[in-house]
Amino acid sequence: MIKIEHLTKKYGERYAINDVSFTVERGEIVGFLGPNGAGKTTTMSILTGYLSSTSGRAEVDGMDILEHPTEVKKKIGYLPEVPPLYVDMTVRDYLEFIYDLKCCKLGKKEHIKQICDTVKISDAMGRVIKNLSKGYRQRVGIAGALVGNPEVIIFDEPTNGLDPKQIIDIRNLIKELGKDHTVILSTHILSEVKSICDRIIIISNGKIVADCKTDDLDGAVRGNRRVLVRVEGPRTSVPNAIKRINGVASVSVAVDFGDGSCSYLVESAGDIDVRKPLFSMLAQNGWPILSLEPVGATIENVFLSAVGGEV
Amino acid sequence: MLAIYKREMRAFFSGPVGYVFVAIFFAVSAGIFMSLTVQKGDSANYQNYFTYVIMLCIIEIPLLTMKLVSEERKMKTDQLIVTAPVSLFGIVMAKFLAAYTLFGGSFLVSSIIYYIPLKAYGTPESATYIGSVIAVLLIGAAFVAIGEFISSLTENQFLAAFGTVAVLALLIFAQNINTYVNSEFLRRIFSAISVTSRFTYFMYGLFDWASFIYFLSLSALFIFLTVRVFERRRWS
Repeated sequence: MIKIEHLTKKYGERYAINDVSFTVERGEIVGFLGPNGAGKTTTMSILTGYLSSTSGRAEVDGMDILEHPTEVKKKIGYLPEVPPLYVDMTVRDYLEFIYDLKCCKLGKKEHIKQICDTVKISDAMGRVIKNLSKGYRQRVGIAGALVGNPEVIIFDEPTNGLDPKQIIDIRNLIKELGKDHTVILSTHILSEVKSICDRIIIISNGKIVADCKTDDLDGAVRGNRRVLVRVEGPRTSVPNAIKRINGVASVSVAVDFGDGSCSYLVESAGDIDVRKPLFSMLAQNGWPILSLEPVGATIENVFLSAVGGEV
Repeated sequence: MLAIYKREMRAFFSGPVGYVFVAIFFAVSAGIFMSLTVQKGDSANYQNYFTYVIMLCIIEIPLLTMKLVSEERKMKTDQLIVTAPVSLFGIVMAKFLAAYTLFGGSFLVSSIIYYIPLKAYGTPESATYIGSVIAVLLIGAAFVAIGEFISSLTENQFLAAFGTVAVLALLIFAQNINTYVNSEFLRRIFSAISVTSRFTYFMYGLFDWASFIYFLSLSALFIFLTVRVFERRRWS
């Protein structure tokens, strides 16, 4: 659905983005993650036709944004970081304006009503935008992006500055939208990506440094696999026995519970999963396992390792 | 394009700008017209009236154009219209036409109203009257285009207004400035750009093609330059 190839944007001598390439399939919710100033907004602005790239191509549904700007723009709904609201208009007038601006033919009144119901702003239709709260304004911005039922929706930090309740509402709304739209979402809030997106693309200093499914975060972080296991058994023999399991790189006591059981942090080299041999060995020795949990890569690990921070 | 035009027209009248423009235009133009023709009992003195209307543009046109583009940039709403399926030319033209509708509409209505007493109580030359109206409409289009261009250069509407006042004043008083200029080269430039001296031909019922094309070119040039400003912002 979206194909970006070797996209570069320079401001003078500085690269805002440098040789960025990725594709987004139809129906995916992709989280575009990166620290402030990493190039997220620039990439989105190019994709929506607001900015032009210095080099490279951006395609939506097989059409180049520079060669077919009007057709591509019809397929995209965009919510910039600051919602582009005409604050002197009522919500209804604003949405009707966007409807006319996008030359939609979906039945104006019903279409706008449907969108307002979806984003839960039906009660504010007659209100002037400047009198609305930030949360409502954000919703009106989202409603604007949905006018015309575009196939691709691009949100630039949609939950920025909202209170926790509003954040949850907006995230749920985006998840709903993801069921029948392709969504690209930029954020620097890590938990947001994990709770909403199918896939994350991490950008840092204008370059893509990681691109993986949200479920595959374990594989995205460099280093060993870790398992935290709580075992009832002698504190000296258990770790020695674990160490002898093929693939185990190191064992350390994480917590001594003082009731004859300890938690051990077992690290295995590379991609080796030691949970099964670990279970068999402990069972054979009659050392009951009280709990066993993989210490997966958190999204924070992935992000920090990708952008060059400490894990 | 029509959506943007309608939105701009609505914006003029959802705030004070449209009303202030119309009120000032009718109050001042009626005052000038009364003092030059009715009070003097001189039905042929309407040529000077049109010259004053052109001068009135110095404060009236910036009122219309100062927010036209600058406000969009300041409020970031340009992101909405630039990412909508509308060409940059369409955006610039829609805004131009909205401001011009207000100016042209007010001027045309006032010109028709003022013609009635002239015709009823005097013997105005219709050709010169119509010629003058057409010339002022052309000059107004050029001024609106200039105002829109200056508005596109800044996010500050007051800076845009002051800039427009300065440029329009220069174009209107270029001939007067000539009196104080020694350089022949500069005098030629001021004569060439002077709007009022070109208007004189129309005032006396002469249709001057060079001036006609000058006014049209001025509008086209500044509309083109405004599109370029939008375009440049995308590439810079």
